[in-house]
Formats: sequence, structure tokens, C-alpha cells
Amino acid sequence: MSIGTLAPPIDVSAAPAAASSSRVWRKLARNPAALAGALILFCVIGAAVFANYVSPHEPARQSLIRRFTPPVWAQGGNAAYPLGTDQVGRDILSRIIHGARISLIVGIAAVVVSLLVGVTLGLLSGFLGGRVDTVITTVVDVTLSFPQLLLALAFVAALGPSLVTIIVVLGLTGWERYTRVVRAEVLALREKDFVEAARAMGAGPTRTLLRHLLPNTFSSIIVMSTLQVAQAILQEAALSFLGVGTGSAYPTWGHMISLGRDFVSVAWWLPTFPGLAILLTVLAINLVGDRLRDALDPRIG
Amino acid sequence: MLSLVVRRVVRLVVVLAGVSLVTFAILQVSGDPVALMMPEAPEADRAALRQSMGFNQPLPVQFARFVGNIVRGDFGQSFFHREPALPLVLARMPTTLLLTVLAMALSLLIALPLGVLSAVRRNSVFDHGATLAVFLGTSMPVFWTGIMLILLFAVQFRWLPVSGWESWGALVLPALTLTSASTPLLLRIVRSSMLEVVNLDYVRTARAKGVSEWLVIWHHALVNAALPLVTVAGLQFGLLLGGAIITETVFAVPGMGRLIVGAIRQLDFPIVQAGVFLIALMVVLVNFTVDLLYVYLNPQIRVR
Repeated sequence: MSIGTLAPPIDVSAAPAAASSSRVWRKLARNPAALAGALILFCVIGAAVFANYVSPHEPARQSLIRRFTPPVWAQGGNAAYPLGTDQVGRDILSRIIHGARISLIVGIAAVVVSLLVGVTLGLLSGFLGGRVDTVITTVVDVTLSFPQLLLALAFVAALGPSLVTIIVVLGLTGWERYTRVVRAEVLALREKDFVEAARAMGAGPTRTLLRHLLPNTFSSIIVMSTLQVAQAILQEAALSFLGVGTGSAYPTWGHMISLGRDFVSVAWWLPTFPGLAILLTVLAINLVGDRLRDALDPRIG
Repeated sequence: MLSLVVRRVVRLVVVLAGVSLVTFAILQVSGDPVALMMPEAPEADRAALRQSMGFNQPLPVQFARFVGNIVRGDFGQSFFHREPALPLVLARMPTTLLLTVLAMALSLLIALPLGVLSAVRRNSVFDHGATLAVFLGTSMPVFWTGIMLILLFAVQFRWLPVSGWESWGALVLPALTLTSASTPLLLRIVRSSMLEVVNLDYVRTARAKGVSEWLVIWHHALVNAALPLVTVAGLQFGLLLGGAIITETVFAVPGMGRLIVGAIRQLDFPIVQAGVFLIALMVVLVNFTVDLLYVYLNPQIRVR
């Protein structure tokens, strides 16, 4: 895996590329796909934050008379339930809107956990080298030996499903990418003149690491994190689908699909719409992330 | 060359030790395994079992015994089936491997020509279409793709069975589902590694010599683009096994994945541990082989 590095800043104070941020935005805005992605993402975040105000019904409210109402455009549809109702008469649209909360919370929080662990280990591994590096690289190798989903599945089940467990387990099974990239970047940067200069001016190892090396890995970290949020959302949905979800009754997209699978032959809309919600959200994040990669650093793999 | 192989073998052993530690940890974090084994027994009986199974010994001692047992292929008795866990998992392995290999072959059949074409006709309508397909494919949850395929081919058209594993027809939808999960990434890698070689000097030389375009692409360029592909094959294998777990659950395929997911729901840890360890072992061995193959294929490393 060849990892590109940013050109080191000329002055010793290692200012991150703040001046070029407007250029990044312009590049981002020129791409219609990324723009569409940003728009979708904006809507999903809005839905999650204002779920109580924008969803037409209570997501948990059941109504046996209204069971299996098809979407509004199909025969027998009801305008009050635009995407239809499920097997106990709950409004699917409202459940999807509320489900966005779990997806986004898990996606973002799991990535934060991965970031903290992965970047720290990557910095240490690249900067200290030697035995520390060997140990950390081995841990990365071990982590890579397991399909992430399998490991997450086993540990979430063992620890007992809950929102916090899912976040921590997904975070702790998805950090190794950051370590590999940050390690490679630090290795490449370590011998550069500006680091040498900082050291010569009396900067200690901690200062060198945090003030001079870390800021130079920011652009690849931002890109990786964005794409990782998409992965974490897919993983959370898969965990919920396989039955080790948040352990609460609050709707999640994966759980809705899992319930809908049993009714696929009588009510196609049950599994279809939550899946579309996942697809659109993840696609939007991927489009934005891909564009960010082009704009920030074309050399990340 | 030999020292490189030795170093790889040492790393293999170290990684396997790490894999057993993680597998060991699954049961440890679950709290009290004895409570799961005999939920209704009085505390005195539980204490006796804890004593006889060594659960109150220090963790390093327990781990050492766990590793010793693994080496002898003993993962303990399944809490639910009351049989040794490993044979139960092994019996379902061929099904999972069949599904995985089928999906891998299909992915290659799709990704190779499309990826090469995409790279050769860079920025054409075809290339943009392929890129869009890759984006869609990587953004779709595997289990949902499976359900949508059921909806289309089993419910709507009634061409194929909804689930099961009784006929060859039942194989089609699970294989397609898994293929849809692994193809996009492969296609992207074929495309990017082709793009890297397609403008290199020796490819241009071959063209200048008058070698036919077909031969230039498929022989000169692709053979050299194959090197990164080999490395990815190892990672891809882990991805496919992860996808197989979900796919088997969606289609009720009687493979390892479904057994493990069932065991996870019942908190039947011996089966979970045996399954997790076996899958990791397969991934490690495939990567080890790929590593050696890479050394063999890449003359730059071989000479060193």
C-alpha cells in the first residue's frame, strides 16, 4: 500500500493547509455527484435531528386495522402513510426517519473510537519504531485476520447488545486502517527537513509528534473517517439484521429489514424502503468522501 | 529468499497466537460461562463445574490450556447440541467454501473484463457507468441485496426458490448476492492497477513494435497489473467469508455462517469460538500463501 504524503510546509511552525480550504470547497462544489451526496446527507442529518417534528406518526404506534397498508401510490394506499405500514400497523416512513438517528450516531461515534485508537497507535508505531512498532504491526495483522463483521458479531453478543456496546465494538474492530496509513505517513515525514528543524530548535518528542507530524496526516484522516462512517453504518445495519442490535425497541434500519424479510412475499415495501434509506445514506457519504479524497489528496489509495 | 520464508513462518505463528487470544477473549468477556451451561442448576453445582473446568484458575493458565486444546482440535462441547463443537463447524465448511469460491470466480469473471475495459477507455461513458455501478455496489447492504433478489426472482417471477439448499437452483441467488458484494471492490482495483501500467514504457514499446492492441492489453499490461491483484485476493477472501455469514442467514443456507449466527443468538460459545477461529485460520493461511506467491511472482523481492 503506497501512501502519499502532503508536501511539508516550508515554515517550521507546520501550519496545516488552512489557506487552501476554500480551494477544497470549490473543487467539491464543482462535482454534481458530490453535491447531490451532500444534499442527501443534509436531509438525512436533518431528519435525524428533527425526527420528532418531521415524522408524521409515532414510530412505535401500532394499529391492527392499518396493518400492511401499501405505499400511497399502490392500490389500497393511504396518503397518511406514504410508505405504507408494517405487520403491526406502524408507519414505515416515521420509523425510517427515527432509524436515521441510530445509524448516524453509531456511524459517527464508532469512527471517533477507531480514530482515537488507530491514530494514536499509528503515530507511536511510526515515530518510535523498533519493538513498539513490531508489536503494533502484529496487532494490526491479527485484527486483519478476522472478518470485521464476524468479530463484531461475536463480541457484541458476548458483551450483551446495547448502543454503547455496538459503538465500542465497531470502533475497536475498525481502527487498523488508520494505524497503517498514519504509520506510513509518519515514517515518510520523520526524516523531512521541517521535522529535523523543529527538533533542532529544541522541540521534544511529544511536541514534534503532536504539533508537526499529526497535523500533516489530517487530510488523509479526514478522508478515511468520512468513508469509514459509511462502513460503520453498513456494519451496524448488518448487526441489527443478524439479531444483535441495540437491544432496545427503538427502530433501526437493519432491524426493520430483518423483520420485513419474513413478509417479503406479502408486503414488498417492508424490507425495501429501509434498505433504500441505507443505500442512499451510505452512497451519499461515499460520494462526498470520494470527492474529498480528490480535493485533499489525490494520492491516498 | 529462505530467510524471508522463515520470517514469514514466524509471523504466521505469532499472528495465530494473537488470533487464539482474541478467540479466547470472546468467552471471557461474556461474563459467567457456567451460568450459560447450566442455567437452572443451584449455585453449588455451578461452583463444582467451575472448579472442574478450571474457570477459577488465573487467566494465563486458562489461556495456555485453551491453546493446548485448540492444537488438539478441541473447542469444547456445544452448549446447545451437546456434541464437540469443532466437527459441527467442520461439517458445514464445504457448503460455505462452495458458496465463497463460486462468488469469487463470478466476481473475477465480471471484474476482470469490465475493469480492464474501464481503464482502457478511461473517462468514456462505459467507464463512468462502471464507476457508478461500483459506488452503488459498495453502498448496498449485502442482506438487502439478497432480499431484493428474492423479491424479484423468487416472489415476482417465481424462477428460483426463496431459500434452502436442496437443488442447484437454490445456489443461484446466494451466489449472486455474495458476488454483488465482492465485485465492486475488485473492479475498482483491476481498473486502478491497469491504469498504472497502461501508459508505462514497455506497454508503449509493445505497441510501437506493432503488437496487436488485444495482446498488449491482455498480455503485456494485465500480467503486470496482476501483482497487486494477488495481494488483494487475500483480503478479498476475508471479505467474502464475512459476506457469506450474512448471505447464508438471508437464504437459510446450511453453512458455517448460519451455524455461527445461530450459535451467537443462543450464546453457544464453543461453536462461536470454533467458527471464529477456523475462519480466521483460513484467512491467515490464504494470506500466508499469497505472501509467498507474491515473493515468487515479484522478481524484485526474490533477488534480495
